[in-house]
Amino acid sequence: MDTLRLDLALPLRSFALELALEIGTETFALAGPSGAGKTTLLRAIAGLVRPERGRIDCAGETWLDTERGIDRPPERRAAGFLFQDYALFPHLSVEGNVRFAGGDGTLLERFGVAHLARAKPDELSGGERQRVALARALARKPRVLLLDEPLAALDAHTRAAVRAELRELLERLALPALLVTHDYADAAALATRIGVIVEGRVVQVGTPAELIAAPASSFVADFTGGNPLHGQARPGASGLTEITLEDGSLVVSTDRGSGHVGVVVYPWEVTLAREAPADSAQNHVRGRIASVFPVGNRVRVRVGPLTAEVTAGSAERLGLGQGDTVVASFKATGTRLVPLG
Amino acid sequence: MRTLFTAALVAATTIALAFLALPLVALFVHTSPGTLAAQLGNPVVTDALLVSLKTSAIAHALVLALGTPAAYLLARKRFPGRAAVLALTELPLVLPPAVAGIALLAAFGRLGLLGDTLGAAGLSIPFTQTAVVLAVAFVEAPFYLRGGIAAFETVDQRLLDAARTLGAGPARVFARVALPLALGGLGASSALALARGLGEFGATIVFAGSLQGVTQTLPLAIYAEFDRDFDVAISIGALFVVVGAALLLALKLVPAWTRFASTSLSRSAPSLSS
Repeated sequence: MDTLRLDLALPLRSFALELALEIGTETFALAGPSGAGKTTLLRAIAGLVRPERGRIDCAGETWLDTERGIDRPPERRAAGFLFQDYALFPHLSVEGNVRFAGGDGTLLERFGVAHLARAKPDELSGGERQRVALARALARKPRVLLLDEPLAALDAHTRAAVRAELRELLERLALPALLVTHDYADAAALATRIGVIVEGRVVQVGTPAELIAAPASSFVADFTGGNPLHGQARPGASGLTEITLEDGSLVVSTDRGSGHVGVVVYPWEVTLAREAPADSAQNHVRGRIASVFPVGNRVRVRVGPLTAEVTAGSAERLGLGQGDTVVASFKATGTRLVPLG
Repeated sequence: MRTLFTAALVAATTIALAFLALPLVALFVHTSPGTLAAQLGNPVVTDALLVSLKTSAIAHALVLALGTPAAYLLARKRFPGRAAVLALTELPLVLPPAVAGIALLAAFGRLGLLGDTLGAAGLSIPFTQTAVVLAVAFVEAPFYLRGGIAAFETVDQRLLDAARTLGAGPARVFARVALPLALGGLGASSALALARGLGEFGATIVFAGSLQGVTQTLPLAIYAEFDRDFDVAISIGALFVVVGAALLLALKLVPAWTRFASTSLSRSAPSLSS
């Protein structure tokens, strides 16, 4: 099985990138604010910048070991790098780009861009460019895939479609994939595990649900954003969309969608009560409290698949404790649907 | 007020253009086209043309062969003293050509820096065609280097990085990515350098002399014929105007081939660590 292991230190302008990661056959997202050192990390793995000290192993090969003086050049590291702007060669056709990396026509077929083989990159749409860049990155048969802000160069409309496409592709490839993004929603939609990176250090690693339920710091709490609920959507009554979640419960949303979707609900949009309240909220999830986690003057309470954020005062007034049964409510207008293909 | 200003602009432009065009027009008006063409058969002219073509071709080939890799290296690498090296490559631009000729004599002349070494090898450079080649290369090289460095600097570093991650070694990255993307800029500076080399006068006359059929290039022939036969000088001058205009026209067409270099990436927001 392919595994990427790294442990490295690299001084940047105002802080040092220092981290250790082990990524199996999964999609791992490093999410953090701009300037946290994410792109530099990918460049270090690919061999485009040299860490001050450290070690990188991939699929049984040592790419870097500063102690033993090993430092393979980029062309001898089987890393597929998807650049933020895709970095397609503007003087070569789509086919020329893929052939540059040793690929052939079958890759273009696989990515549905065979009809564009003779086109130049500047004639392509954002989504097509990404597919060509992915085909090119895979042409050299990489053992690890590095994706730098794969959705950042796309407009909002294309983004949703490409996100679903990319998610499916990453699952199909069964390669260790390390993706960096400043957008937590992208990370949650694409990755099985997320590491939150701030100023060169990973402050917390977990599944999207774990990070929301138990953020290690108020930074992580603010950064993580919405609950990631997954389900099947279909049109429901009075123009609303009904989503059956994986645990069988039903949620309604004012967003349109169908098929496999992610339902995003921000913790601060979720209210908690002992009994189902007679208010305007259409969504009620009854369940036991799995965890109560204080973050500053707030408390994050996990109820079934949902995490709610309430003030410390409210939590005390309601006497919330682990194991209690409560009702978590949120409005249909407080949900956003993300197509997941 | 506004019309007055516009009128002033138009007047200044007209005077400037007339000043630039008048001498060129005069070249062709002074002698009839028939005489001009006839003079081109004059042995002084044909000899000078051959010397010019031969020495310029060799000098230009040398400049391209050494200048292209040098421009790539200087555009890509950051090292201490880079600014000083860049200044050195531009120095011949600001030197009077006669100084360049004296400097070449001081380096390669019999009593020069390398005089003993060259003498021991049985080589004497001054006042030979080799001297013409060296003088032409010395004055035209900065034009090519400057333009070449600028051309390679406009190639997006991420494209070169991408090529490396796709399995290409440094030589293949240069040949398949950097060179094709810089080609437009390199072509333009190559044409400028060639034109400068063909017109070279001062360094050549000091370092190589003006011997018909050996070191007498077209500009030197103009100077030599100026007193003897004004018609010959004029016809060589007209020849230069035609060649120069052709080179410039070619340059104007260059943007059409450099389309790639300017649109290397659709959205470029370079970031060191995001």
